[in-house]
Amino acid sequence: MKIHIPTPLRTYTGGLETVSVSGATVHGALVQLTTTYPELKANLFNADGKLRSFVNVYLNEDDIRYLPEKEAAPTQDSDELTIIPSIAGGCCCL
Amino acid sequence: MLRLDYDLYQALRAHGEETYPNECCGVLLGKHEPGIGNHVQQIVRAGNTRTDSAHNRYHIAPVELIRIQRQARSQSLDIVGFYHSHPDHPAQWSQTDFAEAHWLGCSYVITSVEHGKAVLTNSFQLLGTSEEDKRFHDESIEINLAATTAQTQEGQA
Repeated sequence: MKIHIPTPLRTYTGGLETVSVSGATVHGALVQLTTTYPELKANLFNADGKLRSFVNVYLNEDDIRYLPEKEAAPTQDSDELTIIPSIAGGCCCL
Repeated sequence: MLRLDYDLYQALRAHGEETYPNECCGVLLGKHEPGIGNHVQQIVRAGNTRTDSAHNRYHIAPVELIRIQRQARSQSLDIVGFYHSHPDHPAQWSQTDFAEAHWLGCSYVITSVEHGKAVLTNSFQLLGTSEEDKRFHDESIEINLAATTAQTQEGQA
């Protein structure tokens, strides 16, 4: 399956925008990704091994946080994973 | 340094005037030029999902970001930055902007809009290698006055 890498993380994939991995689940695919590109790990996961709160991972069109199996969701070769950091902000006046 | 054509510069400022007194937001597509900076070739307007506090907060839905990233890929472009407005507030990054900035290497463009009129536009590049050492760096904006690209697109908010 393909994993799409956002601009800031391509530094750690040798500039690749898309990486092909195998993996029976979303978690398995992410483990393989970070095994191949170990520098990605700290940018994707916190010290507890959980996805950082600002890192969104979509399995095709679905946010994995809202899938019943979450990171354990099964995947197929034809699936696409997209990693997309959040974008937000605003002026400090309340 | 951030480089963009005059019409794109004007378009992102106009967006802030249109959404006043609320914040606007959008995505900058282009290419990173090593040793120079981010070169914007297209801007894409995005919807602000923070309807609960749109006058001082913005957030782009991840699913919209994915659509924009696909659009960029189909045109051999990359997401090189983002823009938003600060209604009646300086064109400087806030603590909220910093805390919510995660796209290392990208440019964050902020336009102050005072009483509905765009005033200052500044750009800050997010430097560093991780959340732990990230920092905003003031970057100059080079505007190409001669060129027009007509590449502003309406996002699908």
